[in-house]
Amino acid sequence: MIAIDQVSKWYGSTQVLKHCSTAVAKGEVVVVCGPSGSGKSTLIKCVNGLEPFQEGAITVDGISVGDRKTNLPKLRARIGMVFQHFELFPHLTVMRNLELAQIKVLGRSKEESDERGMRLLDRVGLREHARKFPGQLSGGQQQRVAIARALAMDPIAMLFDEPTSALDPEMINEVLDVMVALAKEGMTMMVVTHEMGFARRVAHRVVFMDRGEIVEDAPTAEFFGQPRSERAQTFLSKILQH
Amino acid sequence: MFADFDFDVILRSLPYLFYDGMTFTLTLTVLATIGGIFFGTLLALMRLSGIAPLALLAAGYVNLMRSVPLVLMIFWFYFLVPYIGQWITGGSRPIQVGAFISSLVTFTLFEAAYFGEIMRAGIQSISRGQVSAAQALGMTYPQTMGYIVLPQAFRNMVPVLLTQTIILFQDTSLVYVLSITDFLGAASKVAQRDGRLVEMYLFAAAVYFVISFAASQGVRWLQSRTAIVR
Repeated sequence: MIAIDQVSKWYGSTQVLKHCSTAVAKGEVVVVCGPSGSGKSTLIKCVNGLEPFQEGAITVDGISVGDRKTNLPKLRARIGMVFQHFELFPHLTVMRNLELAQIKVLGRSKEESDERGMRLLDRVGLREHARKFPGQLSGGQQQRVAIARALAMDPIAMLFDEPTSALDPEMINEVLDVMVALAKEGMTMMVVTHEMGFARRVAHRVVFMDRGEIVEDAPTAEFFGQPRSERAQTFLSKILQH
Repeated sequence: MFADFDFDVILRSLPYLFYDGMTFTLTLTVLATIGGIFFGTLLALMRLSGIAPLALLAAGYVNLMRSVPLVLMIFWFYFLVPYIGQWITGGSRPIQVGAFISSLVTFTLFEAAYFGEIMRAGIQSISRGQVSAAQALGMTYPQTMGYIVLPQAFRNMVPVLLTQTIILFQDTSLVYVLSITDFLGAASKVAQRDGRLVEMYLFAAAVYFVISFAASQGVRWLQSRTAIVR
């Protein structure tokens, strides 16, 4: 589904991604982890073309992301993305947030968009908040709405960029539960996160990045049990302490 | 001090002041505000577009408009607009435009530079994450701007846009130099005809104050109704 092949990226003269190669198969859940500045957020933003890259290739469902002829908006409509800071549209109600892209990008009718929106709100447990504004919701609620907004587009894959990093600890679980349910339904997911518990529960593979490189790329059990690289071992020992 | 005051002159000239003078002032203010915000937003988008020729053109225009006194612009346009009209329409003679059209064009173009800078600040105040979220949903640049960025930018900038509109409202009195009868012009004519300068100018000042103040209060109310809940 997602193929990342020898991708390199520079910000000016600083190289932030170095020959990164990995893949996410259909129905697979891949967790990307690593220390700050390792390039994991940058890499995931390259997958749907939000960030350009100078070398290498990324294809999603066979379509090349870096190709100048690719219709990026059309491709992006098929890939869902959830951001660290939720990024709901604050001037629109929750329902309007959910239906706007459905109507304007996918061309669905308002009735259909509203119906789908309501179903998704139900799924994430927020049916009664449809008429509220994002500013009236807690962080965990906003993030669940953001997930619903991405799902409303019926994406073939979902990208998560540190979805729980900006949440208070007591709200992290409500969001992770939604993500776990999504994974169990067979959604193709690429998740940048520090939540190793989540990784152990549903991830098929874990990719560890450090300083712009993919240092380790292994099935979950193997990553946690016998990390091959020293950098991954150090990282795990630090992160699993609390 | 007030013993010799002839308030009657004010009462007698009220119809002239308001039907002739104030309607002109308000019409010019409203039209120039709408036109100025429209073209100003376009200028802001040009400057932020990342396309060098557009950005330079917009920046040059803004700098020019902000370097020249408005009263000079009023004179220039009064004499230039007929020739510009001839050039645009390819006519054989300079197009006759009334003083109203000429001053409307002047104020719109002048204010567009100021409103443009306000809108540019507003657009830049919207976080990149909002743009990313819109793009991630598959929205194109026009959709992102039209549904997500501009609505928020505009709402955030309402206080500053209002301040600029109040300044514009007061600046319309400069059409005095073209002998156009706006509110101040009307008050001035009555003052000179009846020899009652103090009363008329005091009254004019009071009216400008009341309207400006009422407008500020009105927009505070508007803000509370349309503010983005955070």
